[in-house]
Amino acid sequence: MRSNPGEGPFEVAPHPNPLPSKRAFTPVFDGLCGERERTARGAALMDLLYKIFLDPFVQMGAAPDLLVQTLWEGLVAGVLYSLIALGYVLIFKASGVFNFAQGIMVVFSALTLVGLYQLGVPAFLALALTIGVMFVLAFGIERLILRPLVNQPDIILFMATFGLTYLLIGFGELVFGGEPKVMITEALYLPKGAIEFKILGGFVQLQKIDIAAAIIASIMVAGLAVFFQKTRIGRALRAVADSHKAALSVGISLEYIWVVVWFTSGIVALATGIMWGAKSQVDFALEIIALKALPVLILGGFTSIPGAIVGGVIIGVGEKIGEFYWGPLLGSGIESWLAYVIALIFLLFRPQGLFGERIIERI
Amino acid sequence: MQLKHIVLGTALATMAGLPAVTVAQAADTIYIPLFSYRTGPFAGSGIPIANGMADYLNMLNERDGGIGGVKLEVAECETSYDTKKGVECYESIKGKNPVVTNPYSTGITLQLIPKAAVDKVPVLSFSYGLSASADGNTFPWIFNPPSTYWDGASVFVKYAAQVEGGLDKLKGKKLGLLYLDAPYGKEPIPLLEALAKDFGFELKLYPVPAAEMQNQSSLWLNIRRDRPDWIYLQGFGSMNPTAVSEAAKTGFPIGRLVGNWWAGSDDDARPAGAGGKGYLSLDFNQVGQNFPIIQDIIKHVVEKKKSQVTSVDKVGENFYNRGVLNSVYIAEGIRNAQRLSGKKLINGEDMRRGLESLNITEARLKELGMEGFAAPVKVTCADHNGHHSVYVAEWDGAKWTKKSDWIEPMKDKVIPLSDAAAKEYATSNAGWPKRTEACDK
Amino acid sequence: MFYREAGQFKTSYAADQAVFPLLQDRIGIGVILAVAFVLIPLTGNSFVLQAMMIPFLIFSLASIGLNILTGYTGLISLGTGAFMGVGAYACYKLTTYFPNVNIIVWVICSGFASAAVGVLFGLPSLRIKGFYLAVATLAAQFFLSWCFIRVPWLYNNNSSGAIEVPLRTFFGIPITGPNATPMTRYFVVLSIVVAMTWLASNLVHGRIGRMWMAVRDMDIAAELIGIRLLPTKLFAFAVSSFYCGVSGALLVFLWYGGAEPAVFDVNQSFFILFMVIIGGLGSLLGSFFGAALIFLLPIVLRFLPPKLGFQIHSAMIDHVQFLVVGTLIIVFLILEPAGLARLWSIAKQKLRVWPFPY
Repeated sequence: MRSNPGEGPFEVAPHPNPLPSKRAFTPVFDGLCGERERTARGAALMDLLYKIFLDPFVQMGAAPDLLVQTLWEGLVAGVLYSLIALGYVLIFKASGVFNFAQGIMVVFSALTLVGLYQLGVPAFLALALTIGVMFVLAFGIERLILRPLVNQPDIILFMATFGLTYLLIGFGELVFGGEPKVMITEALYLPKGAIEFKILGGFVQLQKIDIAAAIIASIMVAGLAVFFQKTRIGRALRAVADSHKAALSVGISLEYIWVVVWFTSGIVALATGIMWGAKSQVDFALEIIALKALPVLILGGFTSIPGAIVGGVIIGVGEKIGEFYWGPLLGSGIESWLAYVIALIFLLFRPQGLFGERIIERI
Repeated sequence: MQLKHIVLGTALATMAGLPAVTVAQAADTIYIPLFSYRTGPFAGSGIPIANGMADYLNMLNERDGGIGGVKLEVAECETSYDTKKGVECYESIKGKNPVVTNPYSTGITLQLIPKAAVDKVPVLSFSYGLSASADGNTFPWIFNPPSTYWDGASVFVKYAAQVEGGLDKLKGKKLGLLYLDAPYGKEPIPLLEALAKDFGFELKLYPVPAAEMQNQSSLWLNIRRDRPDWIYLQGFGSMNPTAVSEAAKTGFPIGRLVGNWWAGSDDDARPAGAGGKGYLSLDFNQVGQNFPIIQDIIKHVVEKKKSQVTSVDKVGENFYNRGVLNSVYIAEGIRNAQRLSGKKLINGEDMRRGLESLNITEARLKELGMEGFAAPVKVTCADHNGHHSVYVAEWDGAKWTKKSDWIEPMKDKVIPLSDAAAKEYATSNAGWPKRTEACDK
Repeated sequence: MFYREAGQFKTSYAADQAVFPLLQDRIGIGVILAVAFVLIPLTGNSFVLQAMMIPFLIFSLASIGLNILTGYTGLISLGTGAFMGVGAYACYKLTTYFPNVNIIVWVICSGFASAAVGVLFGLPSLRIKGFYLAVATLAAQFFLSWCFIRVPWLYNNNSSGAIEVPLRTFFGIPITGPNATPMTRYFVVLSIVVAMTWLASNLVHGRIGRMWMAVRDMDIAAELIGIRLLPTKLFAFAVSSFYCGVSGALLVFLWYGGAEPAVFDVNQSFFILFMVIIGGLGSLLGSFFGAALIFLLPIVLRFLPPKLGFQIHSAMIDHVQFLVVGTLIIVFLILEPAGLARLWSIAKQKLRVWPFPY
């Protein structure tokens, strides 16, 4: 925690570099209301152009500490997005399933963890048990859903994961109830508080939990990369990703691989649930977080782990910078669609995503 | 192939056998449907409210045998805060002679408003829904006591002024509005803009898109850049705990973050941990179990295992008590209706008169065992809201405590706005009926 | 035995190209129409009409719209909710500017606004394919949702921020607004849905439908045989959005009677997409089956137990309903991955050879 509360970001009296006062709240849609005088149209246009093309950069230069802070927040958000995206990529790579249930798996795993803890199970035992539950879930999904649907079109498997979503919602609410729960950050020894740097005439504040999230996510990603490249199972996984038939013919058990990937993505879901749950609370609204992974996936390519990482960071940083510097032009809150527009722009140049497998079309 | 036959048969049978919903009308009870949302993304606020509402009405059944000797039939319908399910709920209860509906969702309320006059079922939207419906001349069937969102926003400004040392001290200050980017969240904007002009403060807007409720970091960067002196939080669901946590994390003075009354559930403040201590929220009901009314509920309902609360200490939470207060309004409305109509078994039309003469005085509050639990409330023909006082509650790390006195909203600013909005609603909806219902004295 | 085509000879090209070449099919359609136009209004109460049949028909129409795009042309769209919203808001704007024009005209016209927006967001479809195309439509979804909240012009600057449905009449009978009876609303919705289904059926069985299906099956091959990809795909986007737009306008004007922007969020898009998949991609009948399974079944599950005398708590019913619907979706997929429409055609086949299966 901060030693001296007087040094908090909001107590520092005058900012060393006061911002241009032009940035009052003036959404461009005011013009649509027809209230604004038309006489000053030319001047308004110049003003608008100034706000779009110059003012954000003036601000970046005027308050570099805020720019650094924005970049950091974008980076953290990006790493967390890539964590969610990773859950999708793993499953998509091995079984060609676009897993609609990933979001509810995040909620379900976090609920299980907190629910067990509330029953009096020690935190780390609860964590271990939750991992066990995710394994049982992976096993059940493979046995009851994937195996009977083997060799079906992608969209059918996608639909099946929607059925799974309903099942998990019903089951989760039945067992744990709908009340929101507080994530057990302290019991899991996740750090609190913030580190502050004084740089560039201002200060930058790094939340310890964000640093922890970034580190944990990086370790998980690195671990998965090693797992895929170096181990026997990893090789088998890559073989399955290349071709189901070829993998089967050399004696790789598809069932086994599927359990492994669903289990791994269950663990990724758990990590996601802990990190996002610590940011707010654990309830069924956490499900919508998974949607944030869609532009990341599309940008990075559905099948690429590095793609998920780079895509996540691009989306995270892009959307925070966009929201912070250009958002006020449109009255803020543009984050919800900005990520998709960024992804779309990239896609128009590379239709298979940044790292996706090259699309080769033959007759 | 056998299995396919069976499944096909069942599917066809299900489609063919649309359930013939018969109107089962119990003739000797008063039917009170409660739309609750115990599931879905907003269940956190829905569960305590639903418990409080149901428990108070059930307590009346257990303790007094109903109201005026008539048992109450309390029926919950689950909406999940989803407008679709709300429509189903309304259609399923419409034929059972309901005396009042409690939509508990802005979306469902908006739909029921035009239907209320046609189906003769009054809507009691307990300080939510359409603020303009406070105008009883335009909306004779809609009641939204005790306060509107505009009242809430004006109390926030008044409280900020109180702390700063007077309304004139607001000049040059920056007040922020952190809101859910939806009609509910945007509601205070016109009032705050008007007040900003009057008192010379600057209004900053921070919208949170519904899909980004748990992802507010860039907004809090904006807040850090703008350095507002005060923030009013018009949020809902998991947006609130996220905002409180972010405020605590980024070092925003937590005692200057004021939530409206739907941002004041125990679950909104708790996840922020120690950092949430000092978070403020507007409120119109007291918290805790130290009221005879709550003790009666515990004795007659909770201890007899007739309640759905998971443990006794959930009784007395802020939103639980709010549910109780909502049910008190219903019960008082029924009593008035019985008195005015001279009937024991009342219908929606009687209930409308009953709610319109709602007048819970200090003395009446004492009789009900809720002295100091809430402010007196009075609804009139012209004013279906009353614009009552609210107070500022503070989170002490474990529960809500009363921080300020009851603060009266700036009625002179709110009522003209409300009347203008009601007029606009009536003119833009061609064929909006003129009030024909007579006024009770 | 019940479904034999033996003895039904076609003596003209027109007869051979008919949408329903078999007598039994024509009888079946007649029966369905008779049930829809006569039996349901006669027997159904306001709950069945207002809470079940009207939304069922509206969602079926939206499913048909999406099916044209996803099922017939092979382009995945996750923007259905937003396109429905465009229809609803367009209808609201049109009817408030020109209150004297019949509302049904505006409901249909609002489809054109939606079609225009659909074409705009369909432009990237030439270059982006498969799941990647979903991003273009998701961008449409989120951007349009944002517009519904942020552009006050769309809801006439009113203080509630939602669109409210005014009273509109048709030859003196109120069809929108609170005074319209469920019966009138039902007939209006049913007529529009039947007419538009008939139109869609003709579209997909004709030259245009065949072009769409060629593009779906392999767009490069389609290009080689002389189908111009961009106009074909864009036309699919236009028609699909038109249907979605009309259904969105119907949703608000004839069912909800007022809507918040949240009605048209991404969940609505998924909801319709799942109806299309479970019903059967590339089948108009499947759109109706899908809407029935995804929309009607949960209602039946919710309101049936209390009717049968089971006293289950409302929240518990909700949980069980999720479990049952989830299980049923998976079971249906395992039994027949090609959708409910395929189950129906298998059933027809069985009826044909019964009682002597090969």
